[in-house]
Amino acid sequence: MASSAATIAGARPHGRASFVKRVLSGDSLSQAVAFVCAMMILVVTAALVFELWTQSALSRHKFGFHFLANSTWDPVAENFGALPFIYGTVVTSMLALLIAVPLGVGAAIFLAELAPPKLSDGMTFLIELLAAVPSVIIGLIGFLVLVPMLNVVVPSIKDLLGDHAPFFFSGAFYGVSILSAGVVLSIMIAPYIISVSREVLLAVPKDLREAALALGATRWETTWQVVVPYARRGIMGSIFLAMARALGETMAVTMVVGNVPKLTGSLLSAGDSMASVIASQFTEAAGGVYLSSLIEVGLVLFGITIILNGAARLLILATTEKGAK
Amino acid sequence: MKRFTTALIALAMVAIGAAGQALINGGGATFPYPMYSKWFNEYKAKKGVAINYQSQGSGFGVQQITAGTIDFGASDYALTDDQLKEFQSKRGMAVLEFPTVLGADVPAYNLKGVTAPLNFTGEALAGIFLGKITKWNDPELVKANPGVNLPKTDIVVVHRSENSGTTFIWVDYLCKVSKEWEMKVGRGAGVNWPVGLAGKGNEAVAGQVEQTANSLGYIELTYAIQNKIPYGKVKNADGEFVQASLASVTAAAAGAAKNMPDDFRVSITNAPGKGVYPISSFTWLLVPEKIADPAKKKAITDFLTWMLKDGQTMTEALSFAQLPKEVVAKEVKAIAKIK
Amino acid sequence: MKLSFRRKAVNAVMLASTGVCTVIAVGLLFFVLGYLFVQGGFSLNWDFFTKLPTPVGEMGGGMANALLGSAKVLLIATCLGVPIGFLAGVYLAEYASGAFASVIRFVTDLLNGIPSIVIGIFVYTVIVARSGFSTYSGGIALGIMMIPIALRSTEEFLRSVPGSLREGAMALGATKSRTIATVVVPAAIRGLISGMMLNLARVSGETAPLLFTAFGNQFWSPGWTQPTATLPAVIYAYAVSPYPDWHRQAWAAGFVLLTLVLIINITARTIVASGSSHKSR
Repeated sequence: MASSAATIAGARPHGRASFVKRVLSGDSLSQAVAFVCAMMILVVTAALVFELWTQSALSRHKFGFHFLANSTWDPVAENFGALPFIYGTVVTSMLALLIAVPLGVGAAIFLAELAPPKLSDGMTFLIELLAAVPSVIIGLIGFLVLVPMLNVVVPSIKDLLGDHAPFFFSGAFYGVSILSAGVVLSIMIAPYIISVSREVLLAVPKDLREAALALGATRWETTWQVVVPYARRGIMGSIFLAMARALGETMAVTMVVGNVPKLTGSLLSAGDSMASVIASQFTEAAGGVYLSSLIEVGLVLFGITIILNGAARLLILATTEKGAK
Repeated sequence: MKRFTTALIALAMVAIGAAGQALINGGGATFPYPMYSKWFNEYKAKKGVAINYQSQGSGFGVQQITAGTIDFGASDYALTDDQLKEFQSKRGMAVLEFPTVLGADVPAYNLKGVTAPLNFTGEALAGIFLGKITKWNDPELVKANPGVNLPKTDIVVVHRSENSGTTFIWVDYLCKVSKEWEMKVGRGAGVNWPVGLAGKGNEAVAGQVEQTANSLGYIELTYAIQNKIPYGKVKNADGEFVQASLASVTAAAAGAAKNMPDDFRVSITNAPGKGVYPISSFTWLLVPEKIADPAKKKAITDFLTWMLKDGQTMTEALSFAQLPKEVVAKEVKAIAKIK
Repeated sequence: MKLSFRRKAVNAVMLASTGVCTVIAVGLLFFVLGYLFVQGGFSLNWDFFTKLPTPVGEMGGGMANALLGSAKVLLIATCLGVPIGFLAGVYLAEYASGAFASVIRFVTDLLNGIPSIVIGIFVYTVIVARSGFSTYSGGIALGIMMIPIALRSTEEFLRSVPGSLREGAMALGATKSRTIATVVVPAAIRGLISGMMLNLARVSGETAPLLFTAFGNQFWSPGWTQPTATLPAVIYAYAVSPYPDWHRQAWAAGFVLLTLVLIINITARTIVASGSSHKSR
């Protein structure tokens, strides 16, 4: 149903007759429909923030900012504080990064600098598949395989350390713990670090490498002292991205973390995370302050993920723009 | 591509077409889950009515029936006055509670080399869960178990992570036998546990006890039996060490049966009497007073009638005790209250 | 200039360790796959795909209802998330410009970064609290999760279509919408389909939002307004239970789910890869 008059891109007929024609030809209609869909994203997100804000009003008014510093979670006394969960989320994510960053950056270096292209592509493909494994399956393996393994390994390590065990490696270990959650999370975030870091490393201009090698640097020195620093921002971006993923992770964590809303200094004790406590207590929190507190935990989690995601995007953007110059 | 779309549409039709059968949705207590799961399967096979029950904990049952997202709830503790008021204000009507079976919370443990059931006094259990008694060879436990070689390992306490009727029964008992517990922790479906690991649902606590050496957790009797987890005897109000069983749980309800209030809200923990197991309890189905959908109303009232007759014959196979006859008679009359 | 031994040694050791890191990373995938296969593959039997669950504590039974339930929930999610994300992506790629487009992109990234459990809370308070647990509320929750990725991938692949194609069509007299529908989208179709498949694979494993919306069901779920069992939710429930038979079924279900997710992933990537070496239709 194309209009018979030839239209040059950009130039449009005006007037009422052409308006009807345009509507009939579906052009404005389809643009309107697409526009509405784009707006829906704004609406849904706004609605989400609104719901989180209003449903948490009860606890926000009762506890104020003290909610973030309170380490008690007592449904009977109706005294709720998010600190154990903020602590759990942050510590498990940190632990996950501690494991995944050296592993991931190391693997990315290998894949970008050393491996022949076909091998690199193939292995990256496989590693990216690991990112596709659903959280509940990692949790399944974590709970039924990893935790029993740790139950054997950790006591041996503790025996070895004896009295010299640091405070964060003290206390009884029963499998489900902050440590287990951290290990499980590291499996989930490593692929992101590897994938993105490899991309930014590959984007580093060849001349830099060649110049360093020409000056007599070894392969490793070139990589570590020239290439990686150049790609530093992108790698940091990938780390932020991985961290944002780790913070929001629910199922794998809730299956291995122990679900105890307490704050202790040891990695070996059971704990809880923000996403995990919501998953386990939400549907039965008797309305009122209890439910409102859980939703407020969701609000805090939401806030933290926004900040981190924003930082991640900025960093990756900065590197890719720099690389493109 | 075309065939794919047609296949999708066919699937959709089938899925919608299956809308024929009646489906009632309920959820709640994990305590009686083995019984309910068996009942609802049998009921579906015999009467063709599907009653979907998800075990998520008594807290879920109470909260969601109050919110109206499910057709009936299930809870191991009778609703408090506050909860009844909340239901009334939220839903504009009352909620009826129907006891279904009798069960027991048992102290299940994982202790290598100990075969005979251990004896626990109420104070000992309170001390363990308060974190004051930390080792298996604590003097209190040794005193109650002469001749048993208790190791000097730490006791790993396991409790529930969420609101739970099983928890309520347990802490209700602890409040009655230990002033310290009542003061420090109190009574509730979810409490601020001084020590211990947590699991979601009876299932997870049982799983945790099974997997963790030297652990002690409280679970419903059936879970201990089905998973062959050893469980101990508890000292009752008359001073005897009694192990949970059909007989001892039935004995616990005997006194309450005679004086059952009209709304069926009773606690039978620490009941006096010989051979009584002190951590026993009824468990209830929570049904709104008025059910708008006539098909749903009929399904629920029919099920309740079936449950009180045929259903009761199936309880013992799963280690739940039947309701006392007086209670059954009273309930049959109460079904008529559902409008 | 001869390299000192120390520098050579450091070089060799560090490069070797990066190789070790890679082997570990790749090995993790094979460990996960292998374990699921060994534990779950052998537990798969015909019953698993055709039977309903048996009562608690009894052996046997299957997950037929969870398989169908997942399919239904994902169908709703796709019908909701893909069109909205696609059309919004079209808008950003073809119509919008400047500040408005940046705002949409920013908010989309926001939505994408929201943990799935928070989306579950949202759908619960807005829908479930009013009309009960249902298949469609689960579908809506997953659909919301699909929108940002659908938008991003649509925009990316549409932008990759050269402008000359568009100008050519409009010079021939086609309206903008016609151009998009008949020229631009077909040119990008491989990427678009691949993106949708990856999107689907990602949400098919999501469990958290389903806990508050689709609920669960030990029987068949009729229609769309009743609660339903879904594969990830059942895996979760069975995994943390004490029954060995349920563990066995959880492994089997995990194997089925992972196989499906990986097949979709690999297919999606192959579509894009082959598209770059063939001429587009």
